[in-house]
Amino acid sequence: MSRLFTLTMVAETLRIAVPYACAAVAGVWSERAGIVHIALEGVLLVSAFGAASMTIATGSPVAGIVAGMVTGVAFSLLHGTLAARYRVDAIVSGIALNLLAASGTRFLLRALYDSSSNSPSYSAFRIGPTGASGAALLARALLDPVTILALLAVAATPLVLGRTRFGLRVRACGENPVAAASAGVPVVRVRLTALAVSGAIGALGGVHLTFDQHRFESGMSGGRGFIALAAVIVAGWRAWHAVLACLVFAALEATQILLQNQKVLPHEFVQMLPYVATVVILGFAAGRARAPAGLGKHAS
Amino acid sequence: MTRTIGQRAAGLLPPWTAVAAAILVLNLLSWSFGQAPAATLSTAIAGSWGTMYGVGQVLFKATPLLFAGIAVDVALRAGMFNIGVEGQMAVGSVVAAVVATVVPVALPAPVAISIVLLTAAVAGAIWAAIPAVMRVLLGAHEVITTIMLNRIADALIAMLITSALALPGTVRTADMPANTLLPRLQVWIHGFVGSAASVAFPLAVVVLVTVHAWLKLTRSGRETVWVGLNADACAAEGVPVGWRRWMALTLSGAVAGLAASGTVMGYKGYYEMGLGAGAGFGGIAVAFLGRGHPVGLLLAALLFGTLAQAGLAINAQVPREAMGVLEAVVIIATALATAWSPAPASRTTGAPEAEP
Repeated sequence: MSRLFTLTMVAETLRIAVPYACAAVAGVWSERAGIVHIALEGVLLVSAFGAASMTIATGSPVAGIVAGMVTGVAFSLLHGTLAARYRVDAIVSGIALNLLAASGTRFLLRALYDSSSNSPSYSAFRIGPTGASGAALLARALLDPVTILALLAVAATPLVLGRTRFGLRVRACGENPVAAASAGVPVVRVRLTALAVSGAIGALGGVHLTFDQHRFESGMSGGRGFIALAAVIVAGWRAWHAVLACLVFAALEATQILLQNQKVLPHEFVQMLPYVATVVILGFAAGRARAPAGLGKHAS
Repeated sequence: MTRTIGQRAAGLLPPWTAVAAAILVLNLLSWSFGQAPAATLSTAIAGSWGTMYGVGQVLFKATPLLFAGIAVDVALRAGMFNIGVEGQMAVGSVVAAVVATVVPVALPAPVAISIVLLTAAVAGAIWAAIPAVMRVLLGAHEVITTIMLNRIADALIAMLITSALALPGTVRTADMPANTLLPRLQVWIHGFVGSAASVAFPLAVVVLVTVHAWLKLTRSGRETVWVGLNADACAAEGVPVGWRRWMALTLSGAVAGLAASGTVMGYKGYYEMGLGAGAGFGGIAVAFLGRGHPVGLLLAALLFGTLAQAGLAINAQVPREAMGVLEAVVIIATALATAWSPAPASRTTGAPEAEP
């Protein structure tokens, strides 16, 4: 057990938590604006693809980050345009976009790299000390530019949502779009802006996924978007709580990786835990968990 | 409820928009691949409806999609969104494959098949009963619980297969005895030789007709539709809203479980990891395109079955992943056209309450 209270464990937890936390915060932004977002999985996937293909094309991971974020924002805005602007049921739009992301990235993988499973490898950032010691791992994890951007986004979200005029408008659209509209808030525009922010933050998660593997793999989001959605609900749509839930799960997964040879719990069992927890918590707290009241509602 | 010809035409706008969008996108994708769009389209048609074998394969691919489409539709009629069809199908398939191996070999085939089908349906129903109970008694929204239960089903099945059920060194269960397998359609229609179309397809059509007869002709069925249209009014009238919802979602799961007939019982003869995966989500597209009408559902399932089969045919020219993109395009186009449809009176399905 001593292996669990080490810097390696902290570094692994941080590394694993970034995509979850980014997707969860992306979910908070969208849902607090009143747009149900079950396509977080798709956001992770398309932005990972955008980042990987751009990095391969240009050799520059910075261009990769930009491309990933542009892809994530565009994808998220597509969801917003369908759900907020054209009033397609956001759940239907989310299902379609997840499908589009999964098969679209596979299609492009075949089109660009003639492979059905993964892109060629590329090199992302190499910042920080080398070596396999816990301290070196942690330093590398903390100095990773994507992680730093993600931390900034996560830290800024509660402040912006809770303390700024723009955040208030977003929450107004999420709680009562009719009232917001009659107070002069341009509901559709605010919601689209919130979804652009959501897409940018979620994209950081996708970029982190692909940079971490140094390539794009088909279906590499692996259900993380759904776990993030679970975290958002369990956290009662609060950003910090959602990130905390993601950290707990990341720690669990890190434990699993570090104890790999000891077979404490089957891998699938650990994978299942966040979903089971969500179902149980929903069962107990469905009455109390307060979703934004205007979720799925329109201004007129 | 009589409708004018104009209203009927407006009601048909979404499906036609969707089909047109699908053909347009297929052309764009093949063009981007440097292929003449018309050539891709004609290969796609020749590979699906061009031969009897192709037709058989279309029916085979359409079978689980039709079951899934019916399942999604039943829940939708009651105003609920069953995104868990994927998981319910998987649970039904595993249970069917396992039960089939313990059914006595001496039983006559009709009895053995009925037992396996029944257990598959019950397994799917039980998996759907969890979100149903949580919705009705606890108020937990079914969209979230069914998404989570899909993932739980995946993990649980993976765990069971690797630890107990799989033959050593594989990810599949043992072969099912002959008396639990559904006959292929090639027994009666010789042109289908080699295709995997089985009795499961007519079975799906029977289920389709039965479910819609229930919705139209029985009191409980009609009440289910009313609950989907206006739950508050139903509650005021004394309709048991919670019970009707529970019934619809559980029935939805049972129909999803029956999809095992097409894959496990009519095709493989065992369950392996990932068998039939994706049909549950395809069923959502089928249900949307079918717009709550039995003929619509059948046509929609055949359309997506055609896309799946045509995808294999055009694989040499354009990656077959293009077909998944087309499914997404069809869902988006239908939804957009429905949202813009000038005839709101043509709405036949209840709108699920968005909350998660």
